[in-house]
Amino acid sequence: MNAPAGAAGTPEPFLSVRDLRVRFSTEDGTVHAVDGLSFGLERGRTLGVVGESGSGKSVTALALMGLHDRRTASVTGEVLLDGHELTGAPEKKLERLRGNRVAMVFQDPLTALSPYHTVGRQIAEPFVRHTGASRRQGRLRAVEMLGRVGIPQPARRVDDYPHQFSGGMRQRVVIAMALVCNPSLLIADEPTTALDVTVQAQILDLLGDLRQEFGSAVVLITHDLGVVAGTADDVLVMYAGRAVERGPVREVLRDPQHPYTRGLLDSVPRLSSDPEEPLVPIPGAPPSLLVPHPADGSRAPDGGGPLRGCPFLPRCAFSGRVEGGDRCRTERPVLPAGRGAACHLTERQRRTAFAEEARPRPGRP
Amino acid sequence: MLRFLVRRTLGAAAVLLLISAFTFFLFFSIPQDPALLACGKNCTADAVALIHRNLGLDDPVPLQYAAFMTGIVTGREFAAGPCPAPCFGYSFANDRPVFETLADRFPTTASLTVGGAVVFLAVGLGAGMIAAARRGTATDKVVSSVSLVLSSMQIYFLGPVVLGVLVYGTGLLPSPSYVPLTEDPAGWFTGLLIPWCVMAVIFTANYTRMARSTLIEQLQEDHVRTARAKGMPGRTVFFRYAWRGSLIPIVTIFGMDLGSLFGGAMITEFTFGLAGLGRLAVDSVIDIDLPMIMGVMLFSSALILLCNIVVDAAYALIDPRVRLDAGSSA
Repeated sequence: MNAPAGAAGTPEPFLSVRDLRVRFSTEDGTVHAVDGLSFGLERGRTLGVVGESGSGKSVTALALMGLHDRRTASVTGEVLLDGHELTGAPEKKLERLRGNRVAMVFQDPLTALSPYHTVGRQIAEPFVRHTGASRRQGRLRAVEMLGRVGIPQPARRVDDYPHQFSGGMRQRVVIAMALVCNPSLLIADEPTTALDVTVQAQILDLLGDLRQEFGSAVVLITHDLGVVAGTADDVLVMYAGRAVERGPVREVLRDPQHPYTRGLLDSVPRLSSDPEEPLVPIPGAPPSLLVPHPADGSRAPDGGGPLRGCPFLPRCAFSGRVEGGDRCRTERPVLPAGRGAACHLTERQRRTAFAEEARPRPGRP
Repeated sequence: MLRFLVRRTLGAAAVLLLISAFTFFLFFSIPQDPALLACGKNCTADAVALIHRNLGLDDPVPLQYAAFMTGIVTGREFAAGPCPAPCFGYSFANDRPVFETLADRFPTTASLTVGGAVVFLAVGLGAGMIAAARRGTATDKVVSSVSLVLSSMQIYFLGPVVLGVLVYGTGLLPSPSYVPLTEDPAGWFTGLLIPWCVMAVIFTANYTRMARSTLIEQLQEDHVRTARAKGMPGRTVFFRYAWRGSLIPIVTIFGMDLGSLFGGAMITEFTFGLAGLGRLAVDSVIDIDLPMIMGVMLFSSALILLCNIVVDAAYALIDPRVRLDAGSSA
């Protein structure tokens, strides 16, 4: 995303996602978990994807990997990786790309590794499969990778089982496994959430170093704005299955344009702020993305999603300032290309609104 | 491993000791004189007294128990002659050495068990795998409902039906019987085929349902998803990752089933008129035949305990997180 997507004359970005939709059919209806998501990403860049639980971050990650169960999930839209169309690609083709050109680091290193096989075997497995190397070469490669991710005595530890490693070390193993084939796209789904804070920093540093070394593009999914601030180049804020704001990380964090992004930033503790001062949560909860089964035509006009109008409206403190009254209720705001936010407030309205309503604080006792 | 085996063997010995004491003392609470049975018709009071003396039934029960238990370890001297270790005494009912009878009956039970287990494991686990791999499809629904119906079937119902059709009706197979494998392999096979299959039908359903549900659970594990994310093909993911994780519960249940089947499949043996350990157990109780009851009881219990030890050792092979020598679990 170093070049604004869609600008005339720019070549296709390395990863290009257009109008991605992921729907799950359940007994109660269809869940529109990702509802028209678009973004692009260049090699060597890191895109931070942030949002609350249930905003569709992980579902997006799995869709990029083609890991959704085809029986329960419908994935539509376009995911182009270096010109290869991934959505709807045959399983065989995806198998050749997965672990090879696209790799994923999962959230919980305690469950992401198989307890029944040595870490060496698990790291070597995709290498042997994708490069046609022998098992011996695979083992050597595993030792090399374990060393690269900073595991001491890799030649000895290669034959250990995951339960013989600490949580942070296991995440290093997962990362080694993801990078073993030099993937050009690495998707990290909350890679540090399950780890304690000191280990978090190490893992993020490691990811940063490896990205430079391998020149991979990284999609970093997290709910932690601190993580994004420290590692990402660009940021995409997701809400209710859609992107609501995007831009270079500094700009988005310093000068958020969407009320939701602003809310997220207000709910983060800062070292510089008064420790007595309460954090400001965003009131309410994200909307349900379920469309119940009886299709009675009451769906939103814009693409059949579950929501009519702005999904953030019920939690928004600024909707009263939008001109034309009901627009927030009836018209779903569109995220403009490049830097911008999916909000009906104009740039000027937003500036005055955010300035006047300096942090709405709950009353102190 | 050695420490594990020693510890578990000692534990098993303690369990066997408890079972033997319980059975022995329970026997003497039966309001029935075993000597009367041994005496037969036209019994006189003198004859009963003689039998009492010969069998040592006049001694205090704890003394009899001690003599019996030492006999197992060291052998025993009887009026009729020496009985070498392991001596479970002579049957009250037919005067044969108990151990000899056990050794006679065991091959029938073992053949029944091993053959049945091969059938129900192959069919049960296979069907379970297919159902799990095609979860939600028509195949899965058919397999699941058939196994539900079969699991509520009973051997004493299904057995006679199958016998009626395949043996008496069409004469496709000979009436079930046991011929030692070493004497006549073909006869051994055809003679036990019906019991194996009928027994397997009952067990198969359990294994199908268990294999299906644990596999479905495993297929949703994070590490299985990781394997897919590495680009491993579906078959590898299924067998190398998901199946491996399903083995523990399956092995657990299999060990329990195998142990109890080795101890005698009573209903199967009665249904098909086979003389195995299960039959022997029932007969010995009906005959109030103390040495035989003790013999069958200890033999079956020992087999169950042995299976348990083997299963626990197998855990360590399946799951590297299991450490046998770690102490705590008995």
